[in-house]
Amino acid sequence: MSIAITTQIICFTVLSLVILIGALGVVLLESIVYSAFLLGGVFMSVAGLYLLLNASFVAAAQVLVYVGAVNVLIIFAIMLVNKKEDLKPINDIKSRRIISTSICLTLLSLLIRVDLTNVWSLSSPQNSIGEESTIRIGEHLFSDYLLPFEVASVLLLMAMIGAIVLARRDVMSKDISTGLPVDQELIEKSSEPLLTNKN
Amino acid sequence: MMNLESIPIQAFLIVSSALFCIGIWGLLNSRNAVRVLMSIELMLNAVNINLMAFSSYVDNNLIQGQVFTIFVITVAAAEAAVGLAILLSLYRNRVTVDMESFNLLKW
Repeated sequence: MSIAITTQIICFTVLSLVILIGALGVVLLESIVYSAFLLGGVFMSVAGLYLLLNASFVAAAQVLVYVGAVNVLIIFAIMLVNKKEDLKPINDIKSRRIISTSICLTLLSLLIRVDLTNVWSLSSPQNSIGEESTIRIGEHLFSDYLLPFEVASVLLLMAMIGAIVLARRDVMSKDISTGLPVDQELIEKSSEPLLTNKN
Repeated sequence: MMNLESIPIQAFLIVSSALFCIGIWGLLNSRNAVRVLMSIELMLNAVNINLMAFSSYVDNNLIQGQVFTIFVITVAAAEAAVGLAILLSLYRNRVTVDMESFNLLKW
């Protein structure tokens, strides 16, 4: 066994363990802040798996978009909404846990069975373009995937405008509940929430 | 050039299956809405690992799976932005992120 193969196997094992243990930590840990940072670790390990699969461009995109944007956005959201609150107890939480866990384990066993028993038609490694993959992705994006590429830009614009519209505070000339003109300097003060007493 | 005959494709598929199931479990069992969004990101990553594994083992000359992964990453970024904006406006109206209290559409 050559040293390259050993290195690959060791890298794959370590990255997979970090991914799976980190993902379990994301869903199981009590503190949501620890979950967010573990999620960043999971994203970095997934980027490592992409590097192992000869896909340097996608690994870079994964680090930039997931770790640099999505994870930072999640941490900002936690900072904005992180309030200690006592959750109301649910009466049938035990049976709910049992049912959902059994559903997940059943799905996992089905997926693993398909993974192991299906005969994948692997192509020969001689055809592999390896490190040229960035060039090939560029060719795809500007020839046969040109329409999805352009639609993705429209989608990102729509998502940006939608996020701004959803997240901003409404600036109105008069208050809805009282009808009095709103003091524009105090527009950022906390107002009484509309739906809290309707539980 | 590195070739990947040492690691079977099944190893990648099993890792992504396990990650997907962990994501579903978190989606069903979290009471914090931010954690639900994180579980969705985990599931999207599992799908991406699957696409990347197939693109380098089955389709290693055309690598269409990598192009699909780029598009999935784009959609995931848009989804995270809109999802967290919805979460913020929910929090402003309800002063909680407990999933059990978002029951306005319950029958």
